[in-house]
Amino acid sequence: MGKTIAEKIFDTHQAGNPSDDICVISLDAVFCHEITTPVAITDLIKRGKDRVFDASKIKAVIDHVTPAKDSKTALLGKILRDWAKRHDIKDFFDIGRNGVCHAIFPEKGFARPGYTIIMGDSHTCTHGAFGAFAAGVGSTDLEVGILKGVCAFKRPESIKINISGTLAPGVYAKDVILAVIGKIGVDGATNAVIEFLGMVVDKMVMDQRMTLCNMAVEAGATSGICAPDMITVDYLWEFIKDEYSSKQDALEAFSAYTPDKDAQYKKVIEFDVSSLAPQVTFGYRPDQVKPVSSMEGEKIDQVYIGSCTNGRFEDLEIAASILKDKKIADSVRAIVSPATPGIYSRALDAGIIKIFMDAGFCVTNPTCGACLGMSNGVLAKGEVCASTTNRNFNGRMGKGGMVHLMSPATAAASAITGKITNSKIYSS
Amino acid sequence: MKEFKGKILFLDRSDINTDEIIPAKYLTEITKEALKPYLLEDLVLKGFEAAKDILGKTVVVTRNNFGCGSSREHAPWAFEVNGINMVIASGFARIFQQNMFNCGMMAVELEENVIDQLFKNFADKETSVKTDFNKMVFTFTADNRVEEVPFKVSDFALSLVNAGGWVEFADKNY
Ligand code: SF4
Repeated sequence: MGKTIAEKIFDTHQAGNPSDDICVISLDAVFCHEITTPVAITDLIKRGKDRVFDASKIKAVIDHVTPAKDSKTALLGKILRDWAKRHDIKDFFDIGRNGVCHAIFPEKGFARPGYTIIMGDSHTCTHGAFGAFAAGVGSTDLEVGILKGVCAFKRPESIKINISGTLAPGVYAKDVILAVIGKIGVDGATNAVIEFLGMVVDKMVMDQRMTLCNMAVEAGATSGICAPDMITVDYLWEFIKDEYSSKQDALEAFSAYTPDKDAQYKKVIEFDVSSLAPQVTFGYRPDQVKPVSSMEGEKIDQVYIGSCTNGRFEDLEIAASILKDKKIADSVRAIVSPATPGIYSRALDAGIIKIFMDAGFCVTNPTCGACLGMSNGVLAKGEVCASTTNRNFNGRMGKGGMVHLMSPATAAASAITGKITNSKIYSS
Repeated sequence: MKEFKGKILFLDRSDINTDEIIPAKYLTEITKEALKPYLLEDLVLKGFEAAKDILGKTVVVTRNNFGCGSSREHAPWAFEVNGINMVIASGFARIFQQNMFNCGMMAVELEENVIDQLFKNFADKETSVKTDFNKMVFTFTADNRVEEVPFKVSDFALSLVNAGGWVEFADKNY
């Protein structure tokens, strides 16, 4: 019987079977940030087990609130920083070199085909874009991961979403994933892994695949996964060139983590995106999705471009192509947060930051900040934000605020008019 | 092992997410105890008043996809420090459910029609529940009404509850 990508990865990482339905797997990487890790660290200390299973497999970043905004967030950062130092964790990213976890870790080559990765963060599924099994976990799973290098999961079932057709101009990976979540619902993939396959995914660059996989958890999925291919190899080449004699060689090795033709799926969903229009959310759930056209004209107070969903170079590039030589509406304030220093600096070199500034955007350092309503652009009660992030929950970006999720193109067009706007009127 | 009995808080909605259970702005707290006043602060549910409705309750009964969203274990902890050790629902988000068992707490799934029945028969009354782990049965009681409902949890989940959590279990076994 054929196997899915997740099954193949689980097969090579077996560490135990405490009961029939549960697999304990060994971990290739444990990612950490300053919100959910300090509790795990403090507990390990309390238990007299302040150890790490393998310092080279632990990657840590201060990203959620950085620079620290108050004494409490400063303390969280300090606990992580001191811990990284104590255990000689070399891949620790502090202010000046830090970025949003799910953007900076892939950028450093830490996510690879066939890897098993956990992090105390639900959007860890992003790294599945590389053909990895990457799952968000709580602080206790994280704690055990740090100490023992293992994690327990239900034997994975997969849902295959075959994305075919051609994306119309102005329609992006974000619109595709919003539409998918709208179709299957916020619990449509609970306890399952989503394999994103098909012609459209085959053509997507890694930034787009990450956008796709990033929001798999919004449909309840344990992980989103794309099959590794030459695009994956190209992206990773600078990090793996010493391990393989050629790109072809790497591709062959990675093909161990592509799904078999006769793999068994819990469900197969066919999705032709040729007639898909730009999408936007309207309620407090990420499956409450509509075409932008039916929300057009809705007034907004703030625009936010950034996050682990859409704060990467291509996202900024697309937004800038719409904002070029234009100004944002007087009624709106707009914030862009490049997701990593690498992206920031590339955007600077490409003249993209200047475009944002000339348009009237506030350009902030890389951080999660406003995405989860902790800093850097929190909403006031009654305010509405057009956002490229991934969650529109009640209170997410600030108590009493409303968030509409959309692509960077739609967000940029909306900044210009001060209302939810289809970017096609600005595309040249 | 924790206690899994007592008065029930009924939350009649699906898809209650972890931002509603404990908003992100409180994630900077270092102690679990500090989360206590903020449980369900942002819950969107008509007529719900957190401070008044949570008081004295030790079990939650709710609907589908409970605990969706963020992976924050602060959500189970916020329940724990309020004396709530068990959530019974027609469905859970994976991470939340695992977090509950990892903390030695219970997140038990019942069929949707059983949950419907519980809401119909008990939601408007002061109801309490007892858990019998030998028979794997819940007993719900309100006024003169008593109902027994069988439940299942996986052997692995049960061993976490018995061990007091995943750290204890993993430390022994891996
Ligand atoms: S950008 Fe937002 S969703 Fe992504 S890791 Fe940060 S807080 Fe979470």
